[in-house]
Amino acid sequence: MSAPVISARDLSLTFQTNDGPVHALKDVSLDVAKGDFVSFIGPSGCGKTTFLRCMADLEHPTGGTITVNGVSAEEARRNRAYGYVFQAAGLYPWRTIGGNIRLPLEIMGYDKADQAERVKRVLDLVELGGFEKKFPWQLSGGMQQRASIARALAFDADILLMDEPFGALDEIVRDHLNEQLLNLWGRTEKTICFVTHSIPEAVYLSTRIVVMSPRPGRIADVIESPLPVERPLDIRDTPEFIEVAHRVRDGLRAGSEDA
Amino acid sequence: MRSVVPILTVVAAIILLWYGASIALNADWARDKATRAGTQLTFTELVADTWNQRKPKLPAPHQVGAEIWKTTGEMVLKGRGFSKRSLIYHSWVTFSATVLGFLLGTALGTLLAVGIVHNRTMDMSVMPWVIASQTIPILAIAPMIIVVLNAVGVSGLLPKAMISMYLSFFPVAVGMVKGLRSPDAMQLDQMRTWNASRFQTFFKLRLPASMPYFFTSLKVAMAASLVGTIIGELPTGAVAGLGARLLAGSYYGQTIQIWSALIMAAVLAAVLVGCIGVLQRLTLNRMGMA
Repeated sequence: MSAPVISARDLSLTFQTNDGPVHALKDVSLDVAKGDFVSFIGPSGCGKTTFLRCMADLEHPTGGTITVNGVSAEEARRNRAYGYVFQAAGLYPWRTIGGNIRLPLEIMGYDKADQAERVKRVLDLVELGGFEKKFPWQLSGGMQQRASIARALAFDADILLMDEPFGALDEIVRDHLNEQLLNLWGRTEKTICFVTHSIPEAVYLSTRIVVMSPRPGRIADVIESPLPVERPLDIRDTPEFIEVAHRVRDGLRAGSEDA
Repeated sequence: MRSVVPILTVVAAIILLWYGASIALNADWARDKATRAGTQLTFTELVADTWNQRKPKLPAPHQVGAEIWKTTGEMVLKGRGFSKRSLIYHSWVTFSATVLGFLLGTALGTLLAVGIVHNRTMDMSVMPWVIASQTIPILAIAPMIIVVLNAVGVSGLLPKAMISMYLSFFPVAVGMVKGLRSPDAMQLDQMRTWNASRFQTFFKLRLPASMPYFFTSLKVAMAASLVGTIIGELPTGAVAGLGARLLAGSYYGQTIQIWSALIMAAVLAAVLVGCIGVLQRLTLNRMGMA
């Protein structure tokens, strides 16, 4: 096995608040291998988003170490090693869909021809071809979120960090996007870290599921998924799927009991 | 164009009220005259008199209209549209100082806002002064600005523009601070994930996000600029400009002249603010935000 893409050792993060310190993360250790699809699941306050933000250098851990692509999280951010998808699409209303996807490319200094070619490619990838000239308000919520994923895919980052990207969408749209995301992951060979609080979503998507528990935020269980790489939506009715989901649920329950 | 009917309705209501008010306010003088002449006025005669006095307390709309026509259109027809007796000339003087003051004020306000948003020290230190500056009555410091600038050899357009700037930078500064800070934490985080420089964050995110705030502040600033210029014209020895016209009118009790200058100022304000409205619509339309 090659060197892990993301490696956390005894990572801790304590926020100082007026009500005393809050241990958002405590002694979290985890390796994410290249090409993994890792889901982080847990109740709110378990530090899953905080962990993701530490990988992205949006939060600074107060203890332990974290490396991304073998360098510090900050250096990885400076190298533009990852694309980050937030819970809200966060498209700029004054830019077209194409303009929004071009935004990080402009910031990173890609040349014009390359920008146009990349925008077209990622729009096709998320099945939004032909929507380049539309403004965000002309698109549905699910389409906006797809555009924001396209934006995170447009530049050469082999890590994709996703913070509950489908959390605000309805079940039907969500299923569809999950299927598309798996498809995309298969084609692009990116390493994906995915925060969610939906058990079926975590089990359906992941090669590994990291179950976290709150107060202090820590890892309760890491489950290697036995499911095949090829996953049609109806895999969710198979006994294997239900068993994995069961383990996740057990992990969540155990984590909240000893807190 | 749907707004034409409501606007005309309001204008008609104002004119009606105005005629009514000029009867009420000018009636005393009309009765006085009649008493001295030993005659009795019928109601019709009374109304006719109140609407046609030479120095009424409140001139009737048609008197003001006639005065405005006499000092604008008629002079243009005579080929003297830009003589010192023409309201066009005085409006132009006020207009140029207003626009200059407005541009200076917008620039100053924007610069201050950029500084306040990007620099913690400025954030803590400048804002209280910006607010304090507006608590000083402009009427008190306008003559001093004129005198001080005159002493260092600056006179003419610039001192008035400075007073106008003094009033107009404030709404722009306050509005732009709000506007430049309008991107939320997520959008700023997003810029961070792309390792965008502050420069890029400013031009690609903060500045476009502030545009709706910008234009709203500009409208307020434009109105404030005009007020500033007119106030600046009052103590300058009053040679030119709508403010000078107002002052001269009040010296000689020429109420019709005062009101015609006031109406011109209102028209000027409406045109200037309207121009910004058009600019706003064009810009935001192009940005897909209207």
